[in-house]
Amino acid sequence: MSVQTRPQEDLSPKKPDGEIVNDFSIEVATVNGSGSQSSNNVLMRAIFQMGIPISGKNLFPSNIAGLPTWFTIRASKDGYMARKKEIDILIAMNPETAREDVENLEPGRVVIYNEKLNLSKIRDDLVYYPIPFSNLAGEVVQDARLKKLIANIVYVGSAAELLGIEMAEVELAIAKWFKGKQKAIDLNIQAAHLGAQYIRDNLTKRDPFRVQRMDKTKGKMIIDGNSACALGSMFAGVSVMTWYPITPASSLGEALADYMGRYRIDPETGKATFAIVQAEDELAALGMAIGAGWAGARAMTATSGPGISLMAEFVGLAYFTEVPVVIFNVQRIGPSTGLPTRTSQGDIFSLHYLSHGDTKHVVLFPASVTECFELSIHAFDLAERLQQPVFVASDLDLGMNNWMTDPFDYPEKPLDRGKVLSAEDLERLGEFARYKDVDGDGIPYRTLPGTDHPLAAYFTRGSGHDEQAEYSERPEDYEKLMDRLAKKCETAKKLVPQSVIQYTDGAEIGVIAYGSTDVAMRECQEQLRNEYGIAINYLRIRALPLAEDVKEFVSRCKCAYVVEQNRDGQIGDLIKLEVENDQGKIRKVLHYKGIPIDARFITDQVVACEKGEMESSCR
Amino acid sequence: MSVSAPKPKRVNRLGLTMIDYRGEPSTLCSGCGHDAISSQIMKSFYEMGVNPHRVAKMSGIGCSSKTPAYFLSNSHAFNGVHGRMPSLATGAVLANRKLVCIGVSGDGDTVSIGLGQFCHLLRRNVPMIYIIENNGVYGLTKGQFSATADPGSKLKTGVVNDLPPIDCCTLAIEMGCSYVARSYAGDPKQLVPLLQGALSHSGTSMLDVLSPCVTFNNHQGSTKSYRWAKEHEELLHQIDFVPHFEPIETVVYEEGELREVEMHDGSRIRLRKVDRDYNPTDRDAALRMLNETRDSGEFLTGLIYVNPVAENFLDLLNLPDTALAALPQEKLRPGREALEEAMQGLM
Ligand SMILES: Cc1ncc(C[n+]2csc(CCOP(=O)(O)OP(=O)(O)O)c2C)c(N)n1
Ligand code: SF4
Ligand SMILES: [Mg+2]
Repeated sequence: MSVQTRPQEDLSPKKPDGEIVNDFSIEVATVNGSGSQSSNNVLMRAIFQMGIPISGKNLFPSNIAGLPTWFTIRASKDGYMARKKEIDILIAMNPETAREDVENLEPGRVVIYNEKLNLSKIRDDLVYYPIPFSNLAGEVVQDARLKKLIANIVYVGSAAELLGIEMAEVELAIAKWFKGKQKAIDLNIQAAHLGAQYIRDNLTKRDPFRVQRMDKTKGKMIIDGNSACALGSMFAGVSVMTWYPITPASSLGEALADYMGRYRIDPETGKATFAIVQAEDELAALGMAIGAGWAGARAMTATSGPGISLMAEFVGLAYFTEVPVVIFNVQRIGPSTGLPTRTSQGDIFSLHYLSHGDTKHVVLFPASVTECFELSIHAFDLAERLQQPVFVASDLDLGMNNWMTDPFDYPEKPLDRGKVLSAEDLERLGEFARYKDVDGDGIPYRTLPGTDHPLAAYFTRGSGHDEQAEYSERPEDYEKLMDRLAKKCETAKKLVPQSVIQYTDGAEIGVIAYGSTDVAMRECQEQLRNEYGIAINYLRIRALPLAEDVKEFVSRCKCAYVVEQNRDGQIGDLIKLEVENDQGKIRKVLHYKGIPIDARFITDQVVACEKGEMESSCR
Repeated sequence: MSVSAPKPKRVNRLGLTMIDYRGEPSTLCSGCGHDAISSQIMKSFYEMGVNPHRVAKMSGIGCSSKTPAYFLSNSHAFNGVHGRMPSLATGAVLANRKLVCIGVSGDGDTVSIGLGQFCHLLRRNVPMIYIIENNGVYGLTKGQFSATADPGSKLKTGVVNDLPPIDCCTLAIEMGCSYVARSYAGDPKQLVPLLQGALSHSGTSMLDVLSPCVTFNNHQGSTKSYRWAKEHEELLHQIDFVPHFEPIETVVYEEGELREVEMHDGSRIRLRKVDRDYNPTDRDAALRMLNETRDSGEFLTGLIYVNPVAENFLDLLNLPDTALAALPQEKLRPGREALEEAMQGLM
């Protein structure tokens, strides 16, 4: 297959000469803890309210206050939500990083900055808008601390004026953020207007970036993946949630506590239909969830890599004793503390094979906030159906960033509580063997403690056991048990969410991705087609164990690029194990910088590899 | 010819016999203290008329943690991982508060590897009985020192322990435990009423029970041996238990001779004075007493501390009377309006 060369003059995506409407990225560079969160949200929401698809990403340090932090807003008329590699508009509020931030820009881009920083001296190929933020803030408040906070909303006003965002939308976004706190609303609106007024009075627009009202966000909402997982868990009927704080998973537990407090207090009794416990560590968090799952409650915990490591022993216990539990892993960069505030898909192996001995766990990969909601619900059904731990693997990018989405559908499928025998069932059956494969699917029946029947009780143990749950060290018993668990894994392959596959006419090469990489893949497909004339088949993995469809996909493609956000290509290796004869077809495209993968990166790698240029990076 | 009627089987208030509280035959060393404790558990559960199907037996790992297999076969059990039984038990009780939860652990399982979870269980006052079968060694792994081992004691390999022991009762009181008792596997007269008291308590009941390991730590000089316990036992009081379902008989005692503690379910614990007047609801006095007897080398047993009205974890969490595990889908999945409303806030 021949690869077209991208025309030279088109190297930067669009030269900022003509107008560029509803297609740009803004980066706000501030200091952690300076209170810019509200301003950034207001700016993002105002664009969203103008009908333009947006996404918002926070690139923050592991620190409470004082270190640099960047918030990027991408406006994309085409609805692309991945990180955009190029920054079009820099709002430079942090003296410490300002120089570097400016140096990193492509020519022709925009810098809105605090006048005092004197940035225009650095380069002469950018468009500069110096603004005296603190003076303007000083017109609204005197208090030094408040002034700093208010300066943030001033830049929102200035950016709105420059981009053509209607002030009414800014006001609405402010009112929404400060929910009923009238004084704050008034102050912020006043400051935003000052920022806009300053532009009108003192500066002329010299850049091409502009916002124009569209209707692509009507009926949409903005939510982060952790909140979506929390909502999904609530509608899945979770009743015991245990956790230990860790970035980037903490906000999942916090969001759940908030939702449950609102919607899961029994109106008749005023009692909570749930228990949320902040445990003393992740071992205890998972132990409690397993205890609860064993006793028949829908139970979950949420953590990130280091917590997953601590949970390893207990996960083995739950796998071997066949106890349902759902574990959310909002992945961050490891090993160890790694980069705790940066994103990664590096826990694939550790999740699939967590613990000692022969294990193989079910792992789900939501790729969007909608899937965070839906697969969370699915996870609880799977855990109880399969009687084993089920992981939901999202990541910091998906979990903590803001994503625009259609509203979620109310779950119509009733809860699947799996194979649980009641006292009446036992009476009817007249026998019960906890670990017997009655149905031939590898999944036995269980009873819950408290079941009032002489046949109900059984002994759950992490040591060897036979079908009756009696202690056993007999070689045949152990082997039989492990074979049944393997069979259960085969059953799981059919029950887990299947891959999403898209075959394109005339396409020879395949690309495989999963999780949050999907948003970049959508954009990458367009880039490959439009810029290079490359059509691809695309498979998105949604779960481990890998379904049969992956094998078939690889066999149908000339080669398959597996795109991942980790160093070694962990899913790529798992695929290789599955596709014995096609191993040579697997090529890895790997992004492990801690920042979310972008479409351009994938496009460049695939193109280079197709041209035979980049053997080394396409491993 | 007259036929004498068969001797009526002894039954408890549920009509169950002792056999209904039995377990599998023990596989522990013959003479192991742990087996004696299992017997007292069966006896007290039988006498209290606890329905075995409502019981959840929890344990960690160790010889002691194996024992739930040797009592109450008609109850569910969960033998977990080493040192982490408290979290499993907490979760089980959260899911089903109707369960009568009893955890059995060892000194290694509790205060060596499991120290953290143990402390937090007590802080939370999770309703359950927690028994430490304390023998000062790791029995199951062949006699290494645990965190309750005597300073100066010597392994067969010649290794000497030179670290101070952790006192489970002092620790438990410090951690906020609401029922703290110490006893001895060879003293059923005391252990049974202590267990019955624990069964009628609404929070965590911690029983630190000296339970000699005949194989690795029953030698001369060991403070965890049968002989030492017999020679040094200092009874805090004589203890009787009057269950809530039995009529209270009035017994006349001399002034200051008897203390009565009314438990959550209306049962009464009667403490008769032995040597000293002791008030087990006084936390500071309890700590003082533990310190004094530790220094004098006495083996103090009895109900050391009790707070029968301490709020338990389930009430703190505002849980309903129904088990969470028994809630139907209507209670677990909020309606459409809830999803609509939650999403409205995000538009
Ligand atoms: C994580 C882990 N580490 C170590 C062990 C090995 N192990 C099994 S039992 C035990 C000590 C048990 O001592 P104790 O709780 O005092 O019980 P005993 O046997 O004395 O009754 C150890 C270290 C284990 N099972 N799991
Ligand atoms: S080794 Fe010690 S603790 Fe274990 S069963 Fe034997 S006597 Fe009991
Ligand atoms: Mg021990």
